[in-house]
Amino acid sequence: MNASAMDVNTEAKRILAVSISKLYASRSQRGGLRLHRSLLLSLVMRSARDIYHSAYAQAAAEEAAAAMDADKELEKVSEPLVKSPEPEKVELECREREEDKEVEEEEDMEDVFESETDSEDKENMNPSRHSRKRRGNTSAAPDFLPSKRARLEPGEERHAVLLGAVVPLGAMGLGSCRVGESLNAFSINRVAMPAC
Amino acid sequence: MAGGGSEDMQWCFSQVKGAIDDDVAEADIISTVEFNHSGELLATGDRGGRVVIFQQEVENKSVPEYRSEYNVYSTFQSHEPEFDYLKSLEIEEKINKIRWLPQKNASQFLLSTNDKTIKLWKISERDKRPEGYNLKEEDGRYINPGNVTSLRVPVFRPMDLMVEASPRRVFSNAHTYHINSISVNSDHETYLSADDLRVNLWNLEINDRSFNIVDIKPANMEDLTEIITAAEFHPHHCHTLVYSSSKGSIRLCDMRASALCDQHTKLFEEPEDPSNRSFFSEIISSISDVKFSHSGRYLMTRDYLTVKIWDLNMETRPIETYQVHEYLRNKMCSLYENDCLFDKFECCWNGNDSVVMTGSYNNFFRMFDRAQRRDATLEASREHNLPLQLLKPRRVCTGGGGGGGCSKRKKDEISVDSLDFNKKILHTAWHPNDNIIAVATINNLYIFQDKVSDPDSADDLSASDMMCTI
Repeated sequence: MNASAMDVNTEAKRILAVSISKLYASRSQRGGLRLHRSLLLSLVMRSARDIYHSAYAQAAAEEAAAAMDADKELEKVSEPLVKSPEPEKVELECREREEDKEVEEEEDMEDVFESETDSEDKENMNPSRHSRKRRGNTSAAPDFLPSKRARLEPGEERHAVLLGAVVPLGAMGLGSCRVGESLNAFSINRVAMPAC
Repeated sequence: MAGGGSEDMQWCFSQVKGAIDDDVAEADIISTVEFNHSGELLATGDRGGRVVIFQQEVENKSVPEYRSEYNVYSTFQSHEPEFDYLKSLEIEEKINKIRWLPQKNASQFLLSTNDKTIKLWKISERDKRPEGYNLKEEDGRYINPGNVTSLRVPVFRPMDLMVEASPRRVFSNAHTYHINSISVNSDHETYLSADDLRVNLWNLEINDRSFNIVDIKPANMEDLTEIITAAEFHPHHCHTLVYSSSKGSIRLCDMRASALCDQHTKLFEEPEDPSNRSFFSEIISSISDVKFSHSGRYLMTRDYLTVKIWDLNMETRPIETYQVHEYLRNKMCSLYENDCLFDKFECCWNGNDSVVMTGSYNNFFRMFDRAQRRDATLEASREHNLPLQLLKPRRVCTGGGGGGGCSKRKKDEISVDSLDFNKKILHTAWHPNDNIIAVATINNLYIFQDKVSDPDSADDLSASDMMCTI
């Protein structure tokens, strides 16, 4: 990746981290969650994510194009026929990884807006508390998240407040966000994107 | 006024209210400032749920340079912290807005609101009390009827002025989200209250019922993209209201068109400049305040970096745009981190709509003279507290070099990096008929007035170096 794309990515990651911590902090704010603030935070997170992805895709395409050029210089005429699928393949891989990331991010976002109805609900407590539930082979979900998730009761207003702040990820066709009633504790480390 | 018709205003310090010490209690943070319709009364609300009303004294004619001072008239606890047991939410007592009702009789009325409940307060004076009861002593003890030998008629006698505030109506349980605005209608009978997604219409006399007139809540909250940030009634047309959104648009609604004003009559929106796009474009384009001009012809909106004036007859773009603190555009990432990017600045018009004012950081506030196309940056600071001391204009220099320093340390210049972002002026108010302004820093209220020029004095131009002209 070139330097400016790296900068953009770094900044995007940092902004995402800051945003998540703000979302978490707003949980304990007096007066309850502010819809306006939550909406703005989610918009910033979406911007950061979009910019990160587009910068990443662009950088990957540039790399692939550079690889293409380098190959062309070294190989004979017949070889490019073999090499040409590569940039597409690289792009495809990146897109797949992007989608994985998006799914994971979406789960991040879902988790952020999940909530617990009950302070007695031990499964959904602070992640530093070790849940006694056995963890399955959920490679996608991180280990401190509860295996059970609170379900939304239809027509409950407060969920709507929280849900309203969620980026409409449903539009991406990657699944809808489930809504709970308050925020799960959320570690900032979750934001770190897996490097491709 | 001597000095010709250029209407240069020289602002002087008049008063400052509030504690001096730097350790600010959260409850003392001022959250709203509002003059009443005559300008005689100035109300402030704070985070502790209290309302303090200042009254302008009768003008001191022997000292012509002084306009009258504002002194405390009444203080009362308007809202208390509450707890919503159903949602396990605390409801803050912070006063979000105060709006005065036009005066109809000897008493004054104002509406004050926190996040969930609006209250109508009656402020009345008592300066007489009945004396000479037959069955009661002056201290209130009852007299044995058997000891009464003669009858007298109680009479009213003067007493020390007592100002009482009593809640006359409580308008509650109408808002699911947090109330951001209230606005009294020009019919003096109704008012609106707006939260993030809805605008409700109330009758001042009826507190158990309100009509919902705007509802932008989507059927599926996942589709939510914008919320209502402010709303106001037109100053003269009782059927017209506007509300601003977090996306930077303003919608004008006509209540005659339909009962539910979800369909706007006019949409004021300026296309975004794509070259200014950043991570934070949505935050800085969110409108934090909207105010009709006194004439009703114009609208003023405040977003994070600018003040815009709109002509109600033109929806496509504002007629004027003023940069409040453009030098902050490159600092948005750090302003986001320290939460300053979420600050909601208010704005106000002067009495004849020729000048607009809004706050900034470092206890600076900005004035824009629309007619003369000039602007000024002034500071509310305890360092300039001598009576009638002229305020010197301030300047923020961005500087090209590293450190953002000013190349020449001029006395009234300050570099962007030296600005104190904890000292912010969010709330300002302008006297409706006079050049007196109230500027709220975090916990202090400053009152400035323009220097009343003495008609007998020599030309004002001799002091032009000192003048902060607008």
